[in-house]
Amino acid sequence: MSSAVTRPPPGRVAIEDVTGLRERSLGQKLLSSQPFWVTIALIVMALAMSWYQPEAFASADNFFNITRNFAFIGIMAIGMTAVILTGGIDLSVGSIMGLAGVVCGLVLQAEGHWALAVLAGLLTGAAVGLVNGVLISYVGLPAFVVTLGTLSGARSLAIVLSENKMIYEFGPWGDAFNAIGGGSIVGVANPVWVLLALAVTFSVILNFTNWGNYLYAIGGNENAARLTGVPVRRIKLQAYVVSGLTAALSAVLIVGWQGSAINALGQGYELRVIASTVIGGADLMGGQGGAYGAVIGAALIEVIRNSLLMAGVDANWQGAFVGLFIVLAVLLQRIRTRRSA
Amino acid sequence: MPLLELRGISKHFGAIEALKAVDLTVDAGEVVGLMGDNGAGKSTLVKVVAGNYLPSEGELRLDGTVKHFRRPVDARTEGIEVVYQDLALCDNLTAAANVFLGRELKRRIGPLAILDYKAMYARAAELFKELKSETRPRDLVRLMSGGQRQAVAIARTRLANAKMVLMDEPTAAISVRQVVEVLDMIHRLKDRGIAVVLISHRMPDVFAVCDRVVVMRRGRKVADKAVASSSPEEVTGLITGAIQAA
Ligand SMILES: Nc1ncnc2c1ncn2[C@@H]1O[C@H](COP(=O)(O)OP(=O)(O)O)[C@@H](O)[C@H]1O
Ligand SMILES: [Mg+2]
Repeated sequence: MSSAVTRPPPGRVAIEDVTGLRERSLGQKLLSSQPFWVTIALIVMALAMSWYQPEAFASADNFFNITRNFAFIGIMAIGMTAVILTGGIDLSVGSIMGLAGVVCGLVLQAEGHWALAVLAGLLTGAAVGLVNGVLISYVGLPAFVVTLGTLSGARSLAIVLSENKMIYEFGPWGDAFNAIGGGSIVGVANPVWVLLALAVTFSVILNFTNWGNYLYAIGGNENAARLTGVPVRRIKLQAYVVSGLTAALSAVLIVGWQGSAINALGQGYELRVIASTVIGGADLMGGQGGAYGAVIGAALIEVIRNSLLMAGVDANWQGAFVGLFIVLAVLLQRIRTRRSA
Repeated sequence: MPLLELRGISKHFGAIEALKAVDLTVDAGEVVGLMGDNGAGKSTLVKVVAGNYLPSEGELRLDGTVKHFRRPVDARTEGIEVVYQDLALCDNLTAAANVFLGRELKRRIGPLAILDYKAMYARAAELFKELKSETRPRDLVRLMSGGQRQAVAIARTRLANAKMVLMDEPTAAISVRQVVEVLDMIHRLKDRGIAVVLISHRMPDVFAVCDRVVVMRRGRKVADKAVASSSPEEVTGLITGAIQAA
């Protein structure tokens, strides 16, 4: 979004000459966009791995696994992007996933219809998101504190509801439910299709609707947005509901894929989700980011994880590498904004 | 009949009396300078007219009808536009996006209403041209000079058929050349019959563009006279309190 723009010397150019011009070529825009560079990094890494481990890495099986694994995170990262654009944060997504997953499991266990299970799961996510949103935008509490509270609260509720047991006896509609998250279409896992559809939908929403535009405006200058008549509170509330919904959607898919629901589902995911959006170019101060960035950030993290695994690096090092990439991403972002400031 | 008439407007913030029984009238096409020391109540007065605050006491009439503005949008629908002291711009958005913020142009594609960037860029370019500003619609506000930012904030007031534009210190933080640009823009608003209330600390600006100067001191209006029958010395005296009232 930002780069140094060469402007004509002020006062010497007729407006007509200038307004007709495109201020930045597509090429310049690309070069200054973080998702572009992350995409390059992803391609380089995938090529390197394909050369280094052609059988293991570049196999159809591994592609299937990698894409499915990051789809769960990517879906949540898209919802998180809406929140982060407003300058907020949602730490509760991992717990929402756990709670929504348990709710799905309980409905199926009670021989409920698969559609009812999906609906109940999504409503659970939306409800927690609503609690977050009301407390943050109407009561005015800090997002960090509120969502830290729901992180704890939703997880605890998941443990209570599940009576701390794994739920796997899914009743008559279990197979149909499991087919949603566990199935695949033309060799691509269903969660990946959901991710793609969601990414396209959100790209359109963020770039071409009022609502998307308002997210950016609120993140840029909340007070200005309010003064110009943007319904700031309502939009912020909706962002948290969206984040809750995407976390729940991801829960529906992951429970179907695993064929069971445990209350620890999604533990620690909030960090991976936030890391994905940041690596993909979202600014934690708000006002900058996008759906594609969130997805590509999630993909990069998963490829790093997968590569380290295949390179025989101790799994315990993964966190360090992911952390390194987060810091690098923020550094890159800082350098870009400084250049254009 | 005056365009705007304030009668006995007071505004308290707890124990602070920011405005004390202020009367003020503004006619269509008139440019009124509002001067006073820091904390005199200028911004508060503008915010009452703009719908940011309901007055604690007093009455606001627009074209003779009493109005109660509860939100900025209420004032805006009545043709009152504001250029806020801090400009109220989003740095991360383009000039055009800022101009249309809250009033986006949309076009229908089937059941969907999507933003009509083409129309917004074109209209914003027109407005900047009308203001004789070299601001470009697609530029990010973050990259703009103070004068260009002013142009964005002023262009925003030209979207609807404004009757009145309130400007809170538009020339406080910009270079001399840009001040000239802003004063030109005020002339252009006046030419179109739009009333302007200009808050400014800069005496030359007020004497260059205003028809009338109003001086506030500690929440009270202490002077209200034609610029032609006053002088910078007198106004300075009124602001500081060396002259009690005029
Ligand atoms: N929102 C507010 N809450 C409390 N006091 C305020 C508020 N806004 C302004 N004031 C007080 O009202 C007085 C007038 O302020 P203001 O209208 O901003 O003055 P000016 O714009 O002339 O410098 C000041 O004493 C200021 O501290
Ligand atoms: Mg002020």
